[in-house]
Amino acid sequence: MNASFEFDWQAAFDSVPYLLAGIPYTLLISFGGLFIGFVIGMIFGLLRLSPAPWFRWPAIAYIEIFRGTPVLVQVLFIFYGLPQILGGPIDAVTAGIAAIAVNSGAYISEVVRGGVQSIERGQREAGVSLGLTRTQTFRYVIWPQGFRRMIPALGNQGIISIKDTSLFAVIGVGELVRQGQIYIATTFRALEVYLMVALLYLAITLTLSLALRLLERKGLVGQ
Amino acid sequence: MTKQNAKKIDTSAAPIVRMEKLNKHFGKLHVLSDVDLSVIPGEVVVIIGASGSGKSTLIRCINGLEEFQKGHLEVDGKVLEPNGKSGRALQQIRTEVGMVFQQFNLFPHLSVVDNITLAPMKVRSASRAEAKQTALRLLERVGIADQADKYPSQLSGGQQQRVALARALAMEPRLMLFDEPTSALDPEMIGEVLDAMRELAREGMTMVIVTHEMSFAREVADRVIYIHKGQIVEQGTPDEVFDNPQNERTQSFLARVLTH
Repeated sequence: MNASFEFDWQAAFDSVPYLLAGIPYTLLISFGGLFIGFVIGMIFGLLRLSPAPWFRWPAIAYIEIFRGTPVLVQVLFIFYGLPQILGGPIDAVTAGIAAIAVNSGAYISEVVRGGVQSIERGQREAGVSLGLTRTQTFRYVIWPQGFRRMIPALGNQGIISIKDTSLFAVIGVGELVRQGQIYIATTFRALEVYLMVALLYLAITLTLSLALRLLERKGLVGQ
Repeated sequence: MTKQNAKKIDTSAAPIVRMEKLNKHFGKLHVLSDVDLSVIPGEVVVIIGASGSGKSTLIRCINGLEEFQKGHLEVDGKVLEPNGKSGRALQQIRTEVGMVFQQFNLFPHLSVVDNITLAPMKVRSASRAEAKQTALRLLERVGIADQADKYPSQLSGGQQQRVALARALAMEPRLMLFDEPTSALDPEMIGEVLDAMRELAREGMTMVIVTHEMSFAREVADRVIYIHKGQIVEQGTPDEVFDNPQNERTQSFLARVLTH
């Protein structure tokens, strides 16, 4: 260990306002991407459950492709690759949101499928026996119960996607890590600044964990 | 034990269930073979038989929870097609046929009263107020009006099954199916569920019941059917089947279940 090392508290604190400027981007990309990812996940998760092969197979293909490739490659593909087809550049934040959306969408599809499949067959039978249509049975009986069971896995995916946005520093989005890198470039205090970056990620993910725990507890009523 | 059968059944009335030569295969297994069964309005039919004999499958065919491959099945004047190809007719049948399951199958995320009002509101377009009034009246009738705002998990098994009965009755069904309604209950709770069913039978509800409760069967049934390996082997009044079974398989089944 370097005996002359001294943790520079001042540098750590000084970096915070600069790092905070990255947080709106981190949050925008994560939650924007996750919101779209949830919509994708609901659609593809249900298609994945369809008995019809022409619904099921495209869903399986989508899930396998976007779950089986790294999110970093996906964002590079979108940011640098797609403009070749589109003929114009894509904004880095848009590329980040799109990457989180398609990536989390693939995982959330599986979460949705698992949640729906976990509901006992008797629930569906009771619903249709009462004269509810299949759609009504899904909407009022299966989905509300399945969704509750999805909450822990959705929270997990949310935390993973928030952390994944740190990779998007490579395409120049001014999110947390990127802000940290720029600050380090002028101050050379990597240890202090990355520690602050890590703590800020923790602050975001712990807040989400806490919110989910409250939601879950609320959801447990009546179970 | 004598049966006080005060009610009159019009034996000339059109049957509400008409099953002719119904066949169901499950892979190689012939679950139901050439089953003929007619149920007339007001009749209480009890189906008995060993586990695996096909009695649950038979009752589940009546509201289309099980598909069949061959034969004719008509419920409430509507024809159920083989291989689950009934579509709209099946849903119409289900609105007129109530079912009570062995495992209750209450909706755990809904309160007792919401369990009961869901189908009347969504299927019959009843207003919330109407549906709730009906629900409370039915809960009163099965003796648990004070549990309306609880959730299923807060109730005992016997109470849950009575809620399930009220839920089915809220659709004002013309026929009620009971698939081993007391088999999942602790012994001390069986009585309260059977009492509610007895009451329903007395009021003239048409019922098809699969059960292992032989003394209950003897008491409420107009007709008892013994099913063995997917075939109706014997049927008749409770006195005929229980006191003087003709078929040797019925005799040995009853000897086994009635001795303890």
